[in-house]
Amino acid sequence: MTMVCHRPEGLEQLEAQTNFTKRELQVLYRGFKNECPSGVVNEETFKQIYAQFFPHGDASTYAHYLFNAFDTTQTGSVKFEDFVTALSILLRGTVHEKLRWTFNLYDINKDGYINKEEMMDIVKAIYDMMGKYTYPVLKEDTPRQHVDVFFQKMDKNKDGIVTLDEFLESCQEDDNIMRSLQLFQNVM
Amino acid sequence: MAAGVAAWLPFARAAAIGWMPVANCPMPLAPADKNKRQDELIILNVSGRRFQTWRTTLERYPDTLLGSTEKEFFFNEETKEYFFDRDPEVFRCVLNFYRTGKLHYPRYECISAYDDELAFYGILPEIIGDCCYEEYKDRKRENAERLMDDNDSENNQESMPSLSFRQTMWRAFENPHTSTLALVFYYVTGFFIAVSVITNVVETVPCGTVPGSKELPCGERYSVAFFCLDTACVMIFTVEYLLRLFAAPSRYRFIRSVMSIIDVVAIMPYYIGLVMTNNEDVSGAFVTLRVFRVFRIFKFSRHSQGLRILGYTLKSCASELGFLLFSLTMAIIIFATVMFYAEKGSSASKFTSIPASFWYTIVTMTTLGYGDMVPKTIAGKIFGSICSLSGVLVIALPVPVIVSNFSRIYHQNQRADKRRAQKKARLARIRVAKTGSSNAYLHSKRNGLLNEALELMGTPEEEHMGKTTSLIESQHHHLLHCLEKTTGLSYLVDDPLLSVRTSTIKNHEFIDEQMFEQNCMESMQNYPSTRSPSLSSHPGLTTTCCSRRSKKTTHLPNSNLPATRLRSMQELSTIHIQGSEQPSLTTSRSSLNLKADDGLRPNCKMSQITTAIISIPTPPALTPEGESRPPPASPGPNTNIPSVASNVVKVSAL
Repeated sequence: MTMVCHRPEGLEQLEAQTNFTKRELQVLYRGFKNECPSGVVNEETFKQIYAQFFPHGDASTYAHYLFNAFDTTQTGSVKFEDFVTALSILLRGTVHEKLRWTFNLYDINKDGYINKEEMMDIVKAIYDMMGKYTYPVLKEDTPRQHVDVFFQKMDKNKDGIVTLDEFLESCQEDDNIMRSLQLFQNVM
Repeated sequence: MAAGVAAWLPFARAAAIGWMPVANCPMPLAPADKNKRQDELIILNVSGRRFQTWRTTLERYPDTLLGSTEKEFFFNEETKEYFFDRDPEVFRCVLNFYRTGKLHYPRYECISAYDDELAFYGILPEIIGDCCYEEYKDRKRENAERLMDDNDSENNQESMPSLSFRQTMWRAFENPHTSTLALVFYYVTGFFIAVSVITNVVETVPCGTVPGSKELPCGERYSVAFFCLDTACVMIFTVEYLLRLFAAPSRYRFIRSVMSIIDVVAIMPYYIGLVMTNNEDVSGAFVTLRVFRVFRIFKFSRHSQGLRILGYTLKSCASELGFLLFSLTMAIIIFATVMFYAEKGSSASKFTSIPASFWYTIVTMTTLGYGDMVPKTIAGKIFGSICSLSGVLVIALPVPVIVSNFSRIYHQNQRADKRRAQKKARLARIRVAKTGSSNAYLHSKRNGLLNEALELMGTPEEEHMGKTTSLIESQHHHLLHCLEKTTGLSYLVDDPLLSVRTSTIKNHEFIDEQMFEQNCMESMQNYPSTRSPSLSSHPGLTTTCCSRRSKKTTHLPNSNLPATRLRSMQELSTIHIQGSEQPSLTTSRSSLNLKADDGLRPNCKMSQITTAIISIPTPPALTPEGESRPPPASPGPNTNIPSVASNVVKVSAL
């Protein structure tokens, strides 16, 4: 088994491409390299890491979708550049960029549209992370209701699918969403 | 939380943005990071070795010393680093734990040192990684056994005067070295066991012919003698058993123990034989019972540790032995069956049935090969050879396991014995060192006295006599001195400078009363009652304590005199030997008072030394003062002796 060792591009390049300072990139890389000495994260590791944050539930499905969202080139492994790019968008990007990234996350098959099944999958995955022991107990059709609410809000022309523009528009109208997007400003 | 989690938390929080559009309710506020520092390097100085790491690395585990604010207690302002006065080797492992999330246990490290360090840094040993956990646990178990061993032997050696008679007896039985009586008992029982076994054996030896009858075994020829011997042995064993039963702390447990069962089985046949005499029906059974007498030989296991170890090994290897037995049985049955059918055809074959073939199979598999049953057919011979070859294998397999078990237990016991033997010597050496330190105290006292005296007299020589004691030593001595003052007693330890009389007293904690009295009486002639004890005991260091006050009090009750007496005698005699040429120093302050003898005046200088020593605080003033005072209303020396004897104060040294 050959050791796949990937080294990221230079620090200056990354600094130019992302919204992070050199120091922040250093800190990020140290953490990344510590966990993944080979320089890449594969899906298994990704799932394990994410599962540690949600010990009560099953985070593997959502982690799978997240991984796909990070792995922009669909190679099956996330390199440090991909990692940092995504983080840059999520933490330092504009609202537009963030929403676009989220849309990409929801669009599981990356066809440019979100349909009800995809949304169901996403919502189900999120509920899975909560685990069995919740209050009130999770009922069968709660995810479905949740998706219906979502579609009612997002699907402007009621054609059963949500396009990027519809999504952007609906989100920008909702104050809650706008506010919550700014929540993780100072994570780094 | 593992290291991984802490490092990836920012990422997980960022990814939570993905939930936002789906959420129906508003989100809670994020916790503010007030201490928004840039990640900085911190220096950890452990006994001179500098380790550097990021602050965030340490903060991964906030419930340990390094991860919490507790480390601020170790922050050195001048050098801007955290200084720990601990072992740098173990610290390496501790720091690696923060870095990698895995705690390793280095094999070369002592287990208790490692545990101490972990406890200091607030890390639970349970998180040691799988790679090292087994080793850690093994070492920990060994250490615990050793501690238990030490505790046991300590308990055995402690003289607990409050033991009841029953408890002393039990201790004597279990541990023959506790007293001479126990040792005697031990050897006597051992002797009788040997006698009993030998008589059992000799009983059956043919003893020469009595004219007119055939050869008889000795047992029948000298039946009376043997019977007496047997009776004597059984008496002893019965008495021993009853005594043990009486002394046992838990009689029920004692009765159930293996040794007691052996004891019972050893003496039962005799009593049963007494009870049923010459009853034809049961005499056969009675003869069988006599076989049980051989169990007396197992009583030797109380006397031999090796036997006990063997028994313990067999017990602990029970599963291996069981497997051996099982596999042997399987093989025996298989081969016996095969041999039976193979030899069925041959005429006059000894293999009459399968059980009869068992004998052949066992003899062959254990490679005994008596030759009383041999296969005659070709098939029989083939299978017979296969049988003997496989026998070797089947027996050879479990035996090494048993042997290694025995070896491990035996070595463990040997180590325990060695430790116990070494412990005595070790403790003796530690005791010597301890008494050395208390000697140092008294030496320093005397040296302090000498120093003061010589300073006062202005003699330049021998000023260097007093050793310069370190600050800690002097503080320690001051502490001991304060204790002396508090209790009004003083430490008595053999002083090599004392005269020959007292030199026979070794490093005792207590001075033998007789010697003490002897000393008192002998010295009484020379040193009649002196002044206040407190004055006489001051070294140069503690002049403030009680000296000034008691300077005035010259009349003291007799009860205080004895303690002083020996001390002052010690001191006086010290000075006597070192300072003066005169063999008989009969002067003291009170003697000056008592006998206003002009003949003593020329000795003033000497007596000045003496008195100066006694009354350190204000030596010059005191002497004339003492002289002018009326003599204390004290009776003559001789009458003091009884009171001295009765008021003997014994104090133990450190």
